[in-house]
Parts: sequence; C-alpha cells; structure tokens
Amino acid sequence: MNKAIAGIGGGFFVNGSVPNRRLCRNFTVRSMHQLATLIQKEFRLEWRNRYALNGMLLYIVGAVFVCYLSFGARRGQLTPIVWNTLFWIILLFTAINAIAKSFVQERAGRLLYYYTLASPQQIIISKIVYNIGLMLVIAGLGFGVYALVLGNPVGDVPLYLLCLVLGAVGFAASLTLIAGIAAKAENSATLMAVLSFPVILPMLLMLLRVSKNAMDGLDRSLSLDEIGTLLAIDAIVLALSWLLFPFLWRS
Amino acid sequence: MKNWWKIVGVVIMTYVIFQGFLGVVPRQPILNESIRNVYFHVPLWFAMIILLTTSVIYSVRYLRKGRVDDDTIAVEFANTAIVFGLLGCLTGSIWANFTWGEPWPNDPKLNSVAVGMLMYMAYLILRGSFDDEQRRARISAVYNVFTFAVFIPLIFILPRLTDSLHPGNGGNPGFGKYDMDNAMKWVFRPAVIGFTLLAVWITQLRVRMRRIKLRLEE
Repeated sequence: MNKAIAGIGGGFFVNGSVPNRRLCRNFTVRSMHQLATLIQKEFRLEWRNRYALNGMLLYIVGAVFVCYLSFGARRGQLTPIVWNTLFWIILLFTAINAIAKSFVQERAGRLLYYYTLASPQQIIISKIVYNIGLMLVIAGLGFGVYALVLGNPVGDVPLYLLCLVLGAVGFAASLTLIAGIAAKAENSATLMAVLSFPVILPMLLMLLRVSKNAMDGLDRSLSLDEIGTLLAIDAIVLALSWLLFPFLWRS
Repeated sequence: MKNWWKIVGVVIMTYVIFQGFLGVVPRQPILNESIRNVYFHVPLWFAMIILLTTSVIYSVRYLRKGRVDDDTIAVEFANTAIVFGLLGCLTGSIWANFTWGEPWPNDPKLNSVAVGMLMYMAYLILRGSFDDEQRRARISAVYNVFTFAVFIPLIFILPRLTDSLHPGNGGNPGFGKYDMDNAMKWVFRPAVIGFTLLAVWITQLRVRMRRIKLRLEE
C-alpha cells in the first residue's frame, strides 16, 4: 500500500526498468486519485455557490407544501396510492431540475479545461457520483418534509428508504447523461424534460411498485424481483453513460 | 438482378394479403375471424424491432467511424420503424377492440409501447434542435443507443413481470403455441420477412432522398 502511494508521485516517470504490473497499478491509483479530486471539486463548487443548492432544497420543500395545501391541508387523508405517486412525481420533477444544471452551470471554457486534464469517463463518473449525493440529500429532505406535513403511512420504513436510495442512483445515472445531451442543444430546458420522461419511466414504475409494497408493509421477499430489475436498470444506465459519454464531449 | 429482394417482398406481401383476407383460419372462441390480424399486427412489430436494431447498429458505426452517411441511414431506419410502430398500434387497437372490448385497455405491454414511441419521438425532436450537422449526428447517435438500451427491457422484460392481457406476457403463453395451426404458421413466417423487406425498401428510398437533399444543400 505504501509503495503504491509513493508511486503516485514518482513511479510513473521511472524508465523501462519498472515492471509492467506496477505501472498498471500506478495508473489505477493515479486515476482513482484524479477521480476523487474531481468529485471533491464538484462538491466544493456546489458549496461555494450555495444559492443553487439551497434553491433545489427550497424547490422540493415548496413543491411538497404546494401539494399539501392543494389537497386542502388534510393530513393523513390521502389514499396510499395517491400519497406514494405524488411523492415520486415531486421527486422526479425536482431531480430533472436539479440535474439539468450539472453541465449548464459550468462555462464551455472551463469544461474544455477539464477535458485536457482528465479522461471523459472520470468526468462523467464524478458528475454521477456528485448527482447521486445531491439526489440523496434532496430525496431524504423531501421524504422528511412530505411525511411531516402529509402524514406517514409507510409500513416498512427501511425498505422505503432503500427505494429512495435506488431511485436516487437511477435518476442521477440516467439524467446525468441526458443533461449532457441536452446541454449541447439550444433550448436545453425543454429538451431535458422531453428526453428524460420516457427514459426514466420504466425506472419510475418499478420504484412506485416497490415503494407501494414498502408502504403496505408486505413481506420483503415479494419485492426482490422488482429490486433486482431496478438494480439491473441502474447497471445498464451506468454502463451506457460510461461508454457513451466520451463520444458526447468530443463535439 | 440487383433488386431481386424487392420482387420477393412484393410476391410475399401479395401472398400474405390474399391469405390474410381469404385464407382458411381455425375458428377460436373470442378471437373468431380476428385471428387474421396475426398476419399483420405481429409482423409489423417484428419488423419494427428489426429496423430499430439496424438503426442502432448504424448509429454505433457512425460513432466509431464518423461518416455522415451512416447517420443518414440510422435516422431513416428509425423513421420507418416509428411508422411501423404506429401502424402496429393501430392494428393492435382494432384487434383489442374486438377481443378485449376496448381499443386501448390499461395494459402494461400497451403502455410500455406508448412510452417507447414517445422515446423515439423525442429522438426526432432532439435531431431537430441542432443546426450543426456533425454535432446533430453525433449527439443523436448517442441518444439512439441509449434509448434502444432502455426500450428493449421496457417492452420485453417489464411487461412479463406483471399481469397482462397480451399474449406472451405476464405468464401467458405466446400466440403461436395454441392458437395457430400449421397452415397459419406458413403465412405468418413469410409475413415477417415480407414486412421487413417492405420496410427496407421504404427506408432505401428515403435514404436516397435524404442523400440528394444533402448534396443539393452543399
């Protein structure tokens, strides 16, 4: 381990005498290091102009409150299906708004600068990791406020939280690539919505089903199929982002 | 004979249309004469899937080699696939009207297909929002691959996990197993080939049109 860390600085420049395996390891260590730096950069960037983050948090709280008042401020009177669906729709719209800015926020010149420093895969992974973090915060806060004002009929809270995590990962992974696509076009806000609704829908339906199971407190083995499918969809989307993003940034 | 496949296509389609309207079909409860739709509705979807797959192959080729022509072919295959998909929806809803009682019952397979169609409409809208040709080609190729990878689980895997009216889904057996006799299979199988050939022909004409348009713009 120590050797590997020492290798980050010097090992790369040692000439041919270095065995190939060590070189490879240095590469991976180096790229992990770069990745960590990029992720750190994303979080720091967000922390520096906090108004965007606060804006997103306020957005979901506001949306929840609008729904609460629109239903006549009657706590605990929504049927479970309405309760569940409404929550995921709010989360979906917040996610689209939050993730849409991940490529628009940075100026073209700065993006170009990153591309000279790191590989496109590292950039998309760092963006996805950052967006997963953002979505987790938003989903957590949203669920808290939603359960607070509209009542909490969830029977199996740990499973519901697992749904939130799976949803956050899936939304972040698929919407990040779409944000990258939409950012290249002129009317990116409309395009973001148009492109992401159909793509996100299978995931949303699965999430609705699992979270409904969690609400009813059904036995967890009943949800395993859906959770497996969700994981598979997440994996497909992540793999595709990894493969396709290098083509996207070149243009 | 360079165009033999067009002749094959015309012959097969003529055969399928005659057999479809005049041929002898087994009489099944509920289905009755509407079983003839199996010659039209199902091959339309088969052809659409084949076309979409071809479109993705050309998109991947574009991303690898960067030739504008590959992009032209990819978009035209997608266009024809959308037309076939809409026709598939239409024939399907006529069928559903007589066997299930309403033209668009709330069924996972049908809804998945509607979402799939939306995805490909979004693909066309995405293409419309770029002026620069290279950029449009590259980005829409990326979206095409992405969409296809979501589309396939959407229409083939998800409807199987739930209850569905549609044959071949939700634990139902596929159509061929019980309802079709041997004579029908000998119309159905050529029908798939015939519709695919027809689609390729349409696509070929559209591709030529687009090539000429590109040339004229230059």
